[in-house]
Amino acid sequence: MNERAICVRIEDLKLTLEHLHSEGYNYFSFVTAVDYPDHFLLVYGLVNTGKHEITFIETPLSKDKPVAPSSTGIWKGADWHEREVYDLFGITFEGHPDMRRMFLPEEFEGHPLRKDFQSDEVEKKPEDFY
Amino acid sequence: MVEKQEFMINMGPQHPSTHGVFRIVLELDGETVIGAKPEIGYLHRGVEKISENRTYEQVLPLTDRLDYVNAMGNNLAYVMAVEKLAGIQVSERAQAIRTILAELNRIASHLISIGTQGLEVGAYTVFLYCFREREIILDLFERATGGRLTYTYFRFGGLFQDLPEGWVEEARDFCKEFLPHVDEYEDLLIQNPIYKLRTKGIGILNKNIALNYGASGPVLRSTGVSWDLRKDSPYLMYDQVEFDVVYTKNGDVWDRAWIRLEEMRQSTRIIKQLLDNLPEGEVQAEELCRYVVPEERSSYFAVESPRGELGFFLVSDGSLKPYRMKIRSPAFVNLSLVETLVKGEKVADVPLIIGSLDPVFGEVDR
Amino acid sequence: MSLALEVTLRAIIAVVLGFSFVGLALVVLNVVERKLGGRFQSRYGPLHVGWHGSLQTIADLLKILQKELIIPAGADPVLFRLAPYLSLVPAITIFLAVPISENIVALESNLSLLIVLFLPAVSVFGILTAGWASNSKYSLIASLRSAGQMFAYEIPRTLSALSVVMLAGSLSLTEIVKNQQSIWFLVVQPIAFLIFFFTSLAEANRVPFDLTWAESELVSGFFTEYTGMRWAMFFLAEYGALIGSCFLTVLLFMGGWLGPFLPPVVWLLIKVSVLVLLSLWFRWTWPRFRIDQWLNFSWKFLVPLSIINLLVTGTLMIGLRVGV
Repeated sequence: MNERAICVRIEDLKLTLEHLHSEGYNYFSFVTAVDYPDHFLLVYGLVNTGKHEITFIETPLSKDKPVAPSSTGIWKGADWHEREVYDLFGITFEGHPDMRRMFLPEEFEGHPLRKDFQSDEVEKKPEDFY
Repeated sequence: MVEKQEFMINMGPQHPSTHGVFRIVLELDGETVIGAKPEIGYLHRGVEKISENRTYEQVLPLTDRLDYVNAMGNNLAYVMAVEKLAGIQVSERAQAIRTILAELNRIASHLISIGTQGLEVGAYTVFLYCFREREIILDLFERATGGRLTYTYFRFGGLFQDLPEGWVEEARDFCKEFLPHVDEYEDLLIQNPIYKLRTKGIGILNKNIALNYGASGPVLRSTGVSWDLRKDSPYLMYDQVEFDVVYTKNGDVWDRAWIRLEEMRQSTRIIKQLLDNLPEGEVQAEELCRYVVPEERSSYFAVESPRGELGFFLVSDGSLKPYRMKIRSPAFVNLSLVETLVKGEKVADVPLIIGSLDPVFGEVDR
Repeated sequence: MSLALEVTLRAIIAVVLGFSFVGLALVVLNVVERKLGGRFQSRYGPLHVGWHGSLQTIADLLKILQKELIIPAGADPVLFRLAPYLSLVPAITIFLAVPISENIVALESNLSLLIVLFLPAVSVFGILTAGWASNSKYSLIASLRSAGQMFAYEIPRTLSALSVVMLAGSLSLTEIVKNQQSIWFLVVQPIAFLIFFFTSLAEANRVPFDLTWAESELVSGFFTEYTGMRWAMFFLAEYGALIGSCFLTVLLFMGGWLGPFLPPVVWLLIKVSVLVLLSLWFRWTWPRFRIDQWLNFSWKFLVPLSIINLLVTGTLMIGLRVGV
């Protein structure tokens, strides 16, 4: 499978995704994020099953405004992936039909996959529950 | 005045047939499902976060515990992803042995899947028949790796150790004995008229929806898409052995079960070929140092696990530990289809449909 | 001795004997089922209590006796307690009217077939009550299923029994068996036999018709919330219904106690055991139907088939009597 990576700005993300979809990228592999010290990086993995090609789209996202356009309108599979990213990184996807936490309970505070997340804050002893 | 009201039923997280801790809130009209809301996360252990605080080697045992019925396949995906990231070469013999073990584990995983499909329609016997054969596979694994469920047998650059003496012959015997048993499962369950009645035309998935959701593995192949990473993006020795990608057209529960059954035959075929032409040589790269320190880059590598595309997206910052590890788990993606699939079906079909997606919750929740 | 006293005494003896018989049969049957099930599934089954696990059921019963009887919060306490009895009593009372040989029967009646045929149907009320009183949605679905499928099996079952009644010209089980001196009704009425046997499985909630406790979707169906002896009573009722159905099938179609050399009771038990083992074999082999498929199959296939069978029987009988 051929691999290629494209880096796009957040403003162009939606258009790029739509373009790729129309080019035959019918298979949505994953979307995830990486927490760098000064920015988030959104990474999409998209597959063109006809041409046997996988394309990674990397989009830097500012830490002040972690908002990205949702791609659920293009690929339905993005639904749970985006919820996962929201849950673990706190990046909101605009236009997502059901932006809730995926794994963690709704009342959970913080987003664990951020590098500044402190696990001591949520560490509870068994007696805390009673 | 009669008031009509929907009947909400909460299936799981403690329910005998949700395949783990999975909760689905069903909205029923009589016995027909008119709405479904899946909830996951009950087994979320934060593997991705833990791995950021461990060295690459230390992450390896964690991957065993993702998809615990296919631990070998998870090890493989992770090890190969790291090898790709760090550019480590693997000897031919190690590759062949990896392929054999991954295929054996695929058989073991499919056996559980078919067995539980039986359980969900009330046919208990086939489940135990499947476990009987799985036991032999686990014995083989135990001989080679020392573990029965979690193996951690693959290492960056090769294997932990070579296969023990006589293992190849035992594996060959297994292949010989296994094929008649596959026919047995087919007679007993897959071709059983009542089972067919229960599963044909249930949980129909069409091609476009499957691709759009990013479904993979038997779930995708049941819709008529011939997409198997072993063929379409060959790794290990898969380009040197003969096997067919099994796919069907209907996309229903029966098709998915049949694909798994047929894939067991194909896997046996692959194993036989590799056992006959096992290359000689070392199984561990000589120049391998104790720690893997990849360059500062990212890479994604996916293998075809029994459930579909299992990929590891690794970001390295040039240190001993992965800066970020994303697990692209096939069961997670396949399970997101459940809402679409159960709508309009009967409540008795819900466990069948969940089972046909073959989720393993260690991998779904990670 | 006055008639009333005699009937009462007979009834008491019969009930005591009936209960002990069903209780004993349950213990034996349960061990047999578990051992056989083990063999079908290439495992051993119970091994440790008694000789080859033969006392396992007794150990389990002792354990069940000690269990706490839990009534879930929100359940209807009266109905919840009542349901197991509603289920168990009819399943065992039928043995009053079951003749075990030509002269041995507790309740001699010209209508004994009707008692044996319809008393078990009362058990359905037990299931309905249990499902309603449990205040559990799974139980409720199970009891709705039970109510829904009741007529689906009772009608073909009754119709196929009727064709035997027409041949025998009597509703008394003793008479029906006596009529099979020359030939079993199984040979004359194979279709009726098949319908009757399979619908009997449905009556006893056995695979492939165990829809009311389909554990893959309904956890445990109508007895999800039951514990201890109450649970065991449903269990007992199910076995009672199974044994009762097999007795009835043997009496109607397989010549009852008739057979050479051996005493009649032994013949009867042998035939019943064959049927019971057959049902165990089904249980360990077959998947179960879905409720709508089973209802469709019953209403669209079994009911018409049994009616046609009845008509053909009647026509042939008239034809033969006229002596064409």
